[in-house]
Amino acid sequence: MAAPLTLLLIVAVTIRAALFRSSLANLISARVEVVSPLNAWKRVVEGLALLDLDISPYSGDVFHETPMVIYLFHFLVDYAEITFMLADCLTAVALYLAVKDYNKQVFRKQKFELEADRYPMDCLELIRSPTEMYYIPLKVAMVYLLNPFTILSCVAKCTCGLNNAVIALFILSTMRGSALLSAIFLALATYQSIYPLTLCVPALLYLLQRLYIPVNVRRSSFWIYTLQYLFMFLGSLFVLVGLSFFLLGSWDFLPAVYGFILSVPDLTPNIGLFWYFFAEMFDHFRLFFLCVFQINVFFYTLPLSIKLKEHPVFLIFMQIALIAIFKSYPTVGDLSLYMAFLPVWNHLYRFLRNIFLVSCVLLACSALFPVLWHLWIYAGSANSNFYYAITLLFSVAQILLVSDYFYAFLRREHHLTNGLYLKKKDGSEATLVLK
Amino acid sequence: MAAYRCKCLGLWFFLYTLLVVDIDADVLHTAQVTDTEYTGADAETVLASDLPNPPQDTGEQTAEQTTEGQQDRQWEATEVQEEHGHDASDHHQAVDPPSFPPAKDDFKEELVIRPLHSGDIYASFQFRTVWDTDFMGEQKVSHYRLFPKSLGQVITKFSVRELHISFTQGYWRTMQWGQPYLPSPPGAELWVWFQDTVTDVDGTWKELTNVLSGIFCASLNFIDSTNTVQPSASFKPLGIGNVTDHSFLRYATLPREIVCTENLTPWKKLLPCGSKAGLSVLLKSEKLFHSTFHSQAVHVRPVCQDPQCRTTSMELRQTLNVVLDLHTSGQGKREWSLFKMFSRTLTEACPLASSSKVYVDITDNPQGEQFELSPATPLLTQAVVLGDRRTYSVYDLTQQATFGPSRSLNTLLRWKSTDGDMLRPLLHSERYVAGYGLQAGEIHTLMYNNHPYRAFPVLLLSTVPWYLRLYIHTLSVTSKGKDNTPSYIHYQPSKDRERPHLLEMLLQLPPNSVTEVTVEFERALLKWTEYTPDPNHGFYVGSSVISALVPSVVAMDTDNTLERPLFSSFFPCKEEASYFMRIYTEPLLVNLPTPDFSMPYNVICLTCTVVAVGYGSLYNLLTRTFQVDEPSPGLAKRIANVVRRMRGVPPL
Repeated sequence: MAAPLTLLLIVAVTIRAALFRSSLANLISARVEVVSPLNAWKRVVEGLALLDLDISPYSGDVFHETPMVIYLFHFLVDYAEITFMLADCLTAVALYLAVKDYNKQVFRKQKFELEADRYPMDCLELIRSPTEMYYIPLKVAMVYLLNPFTILSCVAKCTCGLNNAVIALFILSTMRGSALLSAIFLALATYQSIYPLTLCVPALLYLLQRLYIPVNVRRSSFWIYTLQYLFMFLGSLFVLVGLSFFLLGSWDFLPAVYGFILSVPDLTPNIGLFWYFFAEMFDHFRLFFLCVFQINVFFYTLPLSIKLKEHPVFLIFMQIALIAIFKSYPTVGDLSLYMAFLPVWNHLYRFLRNIFLVSCVLLACSALFPVLWHLWIYAGSANSNFYYAITLLFSVAQILLVSDYFYAFLRREHHLTNGLYLKKKDGSEATLVLK
Repeated sequence: MAAYRCKCLGLWFFLYTLLVVDIDADVLHTAQVTDTEYTGADAETVLASDLPNPPQDTGEQTAEQTTEGQQDRQWEATEVQEEHGHDASDHHQAVDPPSFPPAKDDFKEELVIRPLHSGDIYASFQFRTVWDTDFMGEQKVSHYRLFPKSLGQVITKFSVRELHISFTQGYWRTMQWGQPYLPSPPGAELWVWFQDTVTDVDGTWKELTNVLSGIFCASLNFIDSTNTVQPSASFKPLGIGNVTDHSFLRYATLPREIVCTENLTPWKKLLPCGSKAGLSVLLKSEKLFHSTFHSQAVHVRPVCQDPQCRTTSMELRQTLNVVLDLHTSGQGKREWSLFKMFSRTLTEACPLASSSKVYVDITDNPQGEQFELSPATPLLTQAVVLGDRRTYSVYDLTQQATFGPSRSLNTLLRWKSTDGDMLRPLLHSERYVAGYGLQAGEIHTLMYNNHPYRAFPVLLLSTVPWYLRLYIHTLSVTSKGKDNTPSYIHYQPSKDRERPHLLEMLLQLPPNSVTEVTVEFERALLKWTEYTPDPNHGFYVGSSVISALVPSVVAMDTDNTLERPLFSSFFPCKEEASYFMRIYTEPLLVNLPTPDFSMPYNVICLTCTVVAVGYGSLYNLLTRTFQVDEPSPGLAKRIANVVRRMRGVPPL
């Protein structure tokens, strides 16, 4: 398996290198779908220029990266292209290894259940075979590396690629059962963009499951492990924030980075739901809706964790996807991370209800974004509503995609316990509904 | 580190020279009047021997060249002497009666008319009130004579050291008209130096702008933190005092401000004679605003009371500049008179004025071949204005003889030839926005140095509103195709909805070159309530300010053939080697992307619907469970079952 992966990496790097050298790079890096005010490369360079002028990069409202990023690029600014290509490769390899581990574990669990004869007889066709699972890790790496969204994001040097790498490393270290590394990478991801905070719960569930500690509030072992993990997570977060303070000598970065993410003052169009909503909002309702929209991102963690407490990896996927849809400054780079997980759920394909429709909408929207942007901004023959309509449709398609996978997952679990071909009381074929 | 220190040192040196020259230039500007006024009785003898000499020299030169008919001209230097004596006696009279308060005040008015080669005419009024009083002193100033009380109270209340305010309609065309006597940007400009006793400068500034807004009937109350800056080098105090801590300086422009009659009336009210007598009778709005350029300003600053500068006086200078167009105001005839320009003639000086004069610039017309001036005046004067030695005909309104038998002065200026060209201004500038679309753009500022062989330093100040996000790393300065690194950059990035960008830099303009400063920006999408009522008109960006030390035209004279003592001509530098000049670039009009203003309800509903779709579908999957669907029986069957149950029969 190492050879195809190497080949894939070479192909991916070649594509990116070719695009970096082409005239498209400048065009791509100005696209609002690919970069947001939070992670545009132009703003990183601006931050570095401000540092050179002896001005705090956070004294203005252009730079919103964390202090770590600016000090990283202080040294790496000349190797930025290589850094971003490396970050993508790192993400792909980390996901590859993580999914490989996960598949092994799924297979082991399935074997155990089969031996215990827990599956109904007619469910044999739902059982996953090793041949089918063999290529999944490679598919994951391929979907991540060759996804046009990832390529665009990398060529635009959007720092979202770095965040993805950190999250991928977090997933890998969680899969490997290393609680300390998992906590550190999660802290790093949280430090970069707050929202990955919600991944804390699935990681904890996974690690508990791995150690056969039941999730039971009356058990002291559960509490000890939870507190241990939270302590590591919060401790590393605290170290990171403290380190930033010492690098910078002031707390200016807190409002400039986290205040900016949470209060959404920059209404530059993007693929998310926030920009037009808050551009058109009545001033006295602004705070209320801001709270509602931000709580909405974090809100799903608790119910999803309860529903999916046996399946923490699917929970990670759901969380990453919901963050990418509902965050305040989403870019296509965020999408590419959760899309990389879709091959892992290949076996759910038979239960997906509207995958064809959703894929068509996603493709059409991706093509329409630049068209309507051009009509609004350059040609002047359309107005902002056109672009807004496409962002709405894009969001709806993503929501349908995610809820469809969730539905399929739950349905497969239902069938695995109750049998695939259900009968009504009178013996005729039954249909399954949600009630 | 050493290089950085050198840079700093260089900058301070430059600032210092700027300050000194700035004051120098100003003194030169008013050379005729101020010198005599500041000089006490002690300096009188010095003046008598020194001052008249240089003009007499040139006077002889001119006299040799002039024809017979102009022999009767005489230089005003002697006149100045007389007037000076007059002044002194006035002073004695004022001191003698003990009932007069010790603080004395003085009012002077003058009008300068400069015929422009384009056929247009430039008229510049200056009214100056000097009051030897200390507004910040222990005693409350409550007795006002010539100084307007409304301004005096503002100065006292807000501890203002210097105040400069201008309202301008139209853009000064440097390439056609040369340099103005007092430059001002289109719209309203306000800059204030506060006393260093002020603790809350921002609060005081806010109150001051609101009060001034009331006094001048202008929208100065729109000045807030989003358009106020603290320039670090470009605006030095013009009066005395060496405060250089720029935290006491506030500068703001409102490029969109429209100047009209309602601003002129309160401005005229500040004059001691109102619009009833003296030069101010000419200020009729129907003519003043029917012009290509109109600018009115008020400058308040402390000046020296005596040569030793032991005590200070407050100077209030009200200026009004107007350029009347050849075609709209002059009906295409190259012939101008006071009546044609202002629809009034002069009949008397303001009785409160100690001096009241009309000057006509005749530098380009020594023999009267360009235009004819009537009534002819025997008085001439010379002054170095903006680095150039100019000659003026003077009409002294305090002399009855000036008005002639008709008892009114209607100076007539009739052009004889249309050729002849203006000396090219040594420094001028252009600014524009490049790029297309509503996403990004580039601001280009071009600065032309037309001097044939000398480079000179300029300070460029640009204030850009926060909604055009500047990227300072894209700043590039090129002259003659090469990079021209600024020796000093002061950049203050903007804060959204709080403060604008401020970019100040010190550049050296190479001789005979164009220096281009470009910087990229991104246009922000604003909240729908933040747009002006006419959003598609665009948003204004105030003029950039270019402050320069320009080599003077007098020193540009390289003509070695002129008869001149050899010892005086080896080194090229001369007395007024360079002078301070400030020019303003064009304001910019920039379009921003706009949301649809009719859509707030729709957008709120649609976006909330999408969020609800997300929430709803997840809620469904989270709370419900899968169950086998038992289809509910049809309506007929259900009714039949109800009937059967009543009959006690088992249902279907």
